[in-house]
Amino acid sequence: MSPPVGETAGGTVRAGGDPAGINWFKYAAPQTFYPLAGRMAHGFAVAAALLCALGVYIGFFVAPTDAQQGDAYRIIFIHVPAAWMSMFIYVVMAVWAGIGLVFNTRLSGMMASALAPTGALFTFLALWTGSLWGKPTWGTWWVWDARLTSELILLFLYFGFIALQAAIDDPRRADRAGAVLALVGVVNIPIIYFSVQWWNTLHQGASVSLRSAPSMAATMLLGMLVMALGFWMYSIAAALARLRCIILERERNADWAARYAETGT
Amino acid sequence: MLRTLACVVRRDLLLALRRRSDVASALLFFVIVVSLFPLGVGPEPGMLRTLAPGVIWVSALLASMLSLSRMFAADYADGTLEQMLIGPVPLGVIALAKIGAHWLVAGLPLVLIAPLLALQFDLPAELIGVLTLSLLLGTPVLSLIGAIGAALTLGLRGGGVLVSILVLPLNVPVLIMGTAAVDMTAAGVGAQAYFLVLSALLVLAVAFVPWAVATALRIAAE
Repeated sequence: MSPPVGETAGGTVRAGGDPAGINWFKYAAPQTFYPLAGRMAHGFAVAAALLCALGVYIGFFVAPTDAQQGDAYRIIFIHVPAAWMSMFIYVVMAVWAGIGLVFNTRLSGMMASALAPTGALFTFLALWTGSLWGKPTWGTWWVWDARLTSELILLFLYFGFIALQAAIDDPRRADRAGAVLALVGVVNIPIIYFSVQWWNTLHQGASVSLRSAPSMAATMLLGMLVMALGFWMYSIAAALARLRCIILERERNADWAARYAETGT
Repeated sequence: MLRTLACVVRRDLLLALRRRSDVASALLFFVIVVSLFPLGVGPEPGMLRTLAPGVIWVSALLASMLSLSRMFAADYADGTLEQMLIGPVPLGVIALAKIGAHWLVAGLPLVLIAPLLALQFDLPAELIGVLTLSLLLGTPVLSLIGAIGAALTLGLRGGGVLVSILVLPLNVPVLIMGTAAVDMTAAGVGAQAYFLVLSALLVLAVAFVPWAVATALRIAAE
């Protein structure tokens, strides 16, 4: 008894012959995920704008002036969330790339490619804001602290991933090759972090540690968490928007892609 | 399987011997780059003694990058790689053999000439020993991780620069541990911990890299 095939526009195919079941993999097809991604991207973008506005308000108007650093510390509300996102996005990217490699799904590989530029942007933002913060507080734009060095190498890993995918013409091969690279990199990130940490704890030259004090004022912590959430929403929105472009590029020979490109769902 | 390993190593060594200029040019590159640093930073002996481990290690890193593209390119071009892919021996074993041969040809000469170059920087004898041992443990890891890059970029334009961009960030822990071993010996702390970490990196790399290289070769050769 062959499973019934649905006749909706999304082409729902029921798996296993269960007439009342849910097709869990409906949105694994680029064609069905494209409009959903558009709606999701809009929603997450609105959430991101609201959260970031709230976070910036808390950061600049509610959080108190720091006893040691004055008002220069306020860049923490961008710097720390950006650093968190840079590491988080790399792991998420590696997971999607791994899923694409294992299950041979197109959309997973596209998602990994969509995440990479956003991750690289946040890494650069973390490094840049950190540099701007370091000048008034440490007296220098850069120091070879453990975290700065490993964040810089994370940026190189992102660039390597993007460069490898850009150098390969066949998109499926690019997805798979990028997946191997991302997985090797994600294994290497803790090694890098600990090796740089051991190196720096012995060559310690910096007089100020980057470890933020655990006893932060509650409003400072709240501002940071709200900004982090806002950046997370932004990352999802940006990645989904980029994913829609990648879908249209790769599936441009399909009729539905041409229709979506014209109507812009 | 061991017989296949030995056979592939012997084949690659034979092929490398037929193109001795390739081998020698990587070695010459290493020597020249190491000699460039004193020309750039000045001849003051104290500073050179401090810089020596880092300079020699970075130059070894760059020199091993140069020869990476040769690892699989020739076999890919004439179809031998496809035969290896569909053959009975696990591709990881063949990859390990090729990486081993590559290290014997491109990594070991660097290790052997490093003491001579360290003398140029006026390193004391004990530090030269530590440096050579750190290179001996570290250059196989460089070859192993470099093999992943070489396998991923097989047949691509962009060549050696792309491989370097991919592989150099992954090699940073080896570089850090290798140079720290020498610096810590100079500081009197002792390098045992760093040698242990380097050995751990080597063991991890030998265990897991052949599998990653095999996956990358299959992706590249399809």
